[in-house]
Amino acid sequence: MNQDDSRGPQPGLLTRVRRSIWREPWPESDRGRVRLTLNDLILHLHAPRVPQRALRATYSYGLGIFAIVLFGVLGFTGVLLTFTYTPSPNDAYASIQTLTAEIWIGALIRNMHHWSGNLLLIVSVLHLLRVFYTAAFHPPREFNWLLGLGLLALVALSNFTGYLMPWDQLAYWATTIATSMLNYVPVAGASIREFLVGGGDIGEFALRTFFAFHIVVFPPLLAIIISYHIWRVRKDTFSLPRALNEPPLDRRRIERVTTIPHLLNLEIGLALLALALLIAWSTWVPAPLEDAANPTHPPNPAKAAWYFMGFQELLLHFHPAFVTVVIPGLTLLGLFLLPYTDADPRPERNVTGIWFRSRRGRWLAALSALLGAGLTAALVVADEHWLDLPALFGGLPTAISNGAVPIGALALGLVVYYWSLGRQGATRSERNLALFTLLFAAFLTLTVIGVFFRGENMALVLPWNR
Amino acid sequence: MTRRDFFGLTWRVLTAFTAGQAACIGLRFLASRKAEGSFGEVLIAGLSGDFPLETVTPFEQARFFLIRFADGGFLALSSTCPHLACVVGWDTARRRFACPCHGSEFERDGSVVNPPAPRPLDRFAVLIENDRVKVDTRQALRRTSVTPEDLVYAPTTPPPAPGAAPATLDSTAPGQPGPGYR
Ligand code: HEM
Ligand code: FES
Repeated sequence: MNQDDSRGPQPGLLTRVRRSIWREPWPESDRGRVRLTLNDLILHLHAPRVPQRALRATYSYGLGIFAIVLFGVLGFTGVLLTFTYTPSPNDAYASIQTLTAEIWIGALIRNMHHWSGNLLLIVSVLHLLRVFYTAAFHPPREFNWLLGLGLLALVALSNFTGYLMPWDQLAYWATTIATSMLNYVPVAGASIREFLVGGGDIGEFALRTFFAFHIVVFPPLLAIIISYHIWRVRKDTFSLPRALNEPPLDRRRIERVTTIPHLLNLEIGLALLALALLIAWSTWVPAPLEDAANPTHPPNPAKAAWYFMGFQELLLHFHPAFVTVVIPGLTLLGLFLLPYTDADPRPERNVTGIWFRSRRGRWLAALSALLGAGLTAALVVADEHWLDLPALFGGLPTAISNGAVPIGALALGLVVYYWSLGRQGATRSERNLALFTLLFAAFLTLTVIGVFFRGENMALVLPWNR
Repeated sequence: MTRRDFFGLTWRVLTAFTAGQAACIGLRFLASRKAEGSFGEVLIAGLSGDFPLETVTPFEQARFFLIRFADGGFLALSSTCPHLACVVGWDTARRRFACPCHGSEFERDGSVVNPPAPRPLDRFAVLIENDRVKVDTRQALRRTSVTPEDLVYAPTTPPPAPGAAPATLDSTAPGQPGPGYR
């Protein structure tokens, strides 16, 4: 006899649909229901119990969670925008105007998309800083650092492809400049540029390519890598905060709490807070929209989006090949090698979880930040008013007078700094921290100068005289 | 090699081959896209008499400046900045071309006064036929340095005799008021 027959009459259609989704009946007891939800969803991402220490707000600052919320908002608002946007040089600008003027909460949706994109970049960088300064990238979390770098690159590229969409002056000129930088990349640069923008000017071809990357290539890639990144946090175990000089923790004897509700409530609370702040901000602060793109007249000064102004400032001082290839190349190489070279393998020298590694690390961070910011500002002013490198090296090509010579001199200075810190007894990790801090402070300073201190024809001016 | 190894290897090779093929097809497909239209034409700028000596005349849509020097020579300079492709403007007061993107500055003959531009402004070929000044904007001619040979003269205004003072390629002589920007 067939087993089915013994069950009596078939249940109703709805019941059968529900059972096809959730095999088990909805449990009667609270305990049972909690367990079911656990198994289904959350514990896919989290361990059932997490160390009490991992929940300290002054450790992760919830930055990873914040990034996820922003990514979610970007997805939601992005899908809505796709239904109202026309990807063509003739119609794009008008379609944005229609969106903000005529469509119900169109402006709010655009603002939210714009600000989430900007914020995601800021939050990713802050998260990188947190991971760097707490040595959370030391083994066994090396690979998650690399995944993180990939995410940061994708976030930056998404912002970059996104700001071409409105086809306003910023869109047009920033894209013109950035894609022209490819012409200085040896071997493949020109063909990559052709692949992206189809040769000549930024036009329909470029917009179509950027639109495709922005909406169908980058977001799914980001979603996949983010999921993997978070799964790896669980696999590699979350690093634990430690006080200065606190010995490494024994993970088996550490105090733990259940993920539900402790971690979950914290995450949901943070996510809702982030969302509320974002909506408030986007309600009051409109996303910028400049005049429609005009290929014969760049605005003066023509500035890139604020987060690329550090780069643009570098372009004012150095030969473009160095800004496009040498500086980013070395930076990326350093960041890639970092997790494999930074840590001291001796267990008693483990510094993971200690802010700035050690007392000396804290001093070095402060000193290097001041040095980086001060020297950068001084050099920018000197280059504007007193230094005339091409005249100094009269006759030499600018690739040498404005490239090899100054970059070489700066690199030499950094090597000397690094070496002398070693002589003072700083560990490799502390020296790397000093170098990283100096360079990051320099980049921040360049960004501030570019955003606030550059006026007509990119001359150096005080912000209130602009 | 065992039977199992053999099949394992075969699957791997086939999978890799298929993935590689997909990548090649995708790239080839994308690489064959064509940009629509191309920029440039041979444009009649005007009669040579339309351009007084010592003037810089912008042709915005066609993206060049037609410069006439004191000795009557013509030069067509592309307004696309040789640094990163912004559009330079003529600064009437300082008698220089200036770029709003990274502050490069150029003399009237296109040579770099102020980097970051790594080479002089590109020029377009100028032809003078039947007193008509024609500019060929189909191809920007790159230069590593500027020479007096870049100037083109109408047949009626002969180039300066050899041995005479060189063409005033750089700035206006002091005290000589140029008609300036038109
Ligand atoms: C879209 C961008 C990113 C998202 C959504 C994201 C998400 C997360 C989340 C949710 C965590 C859990 C802990 C926390 O909140 O701090 C985490 C940890 C981590 N992230 Fe990211 N992240 C992003 C970018 C980055 C970047 C740019 C880096 C560095 C290059 C990075 C490296 C790491 C590492 C090493 C950990 C482990 C930290 C530890 O165990 O203490 N992530 N990430
Ligand atoms: S594009 Fe003209 S100075 Fe950079």
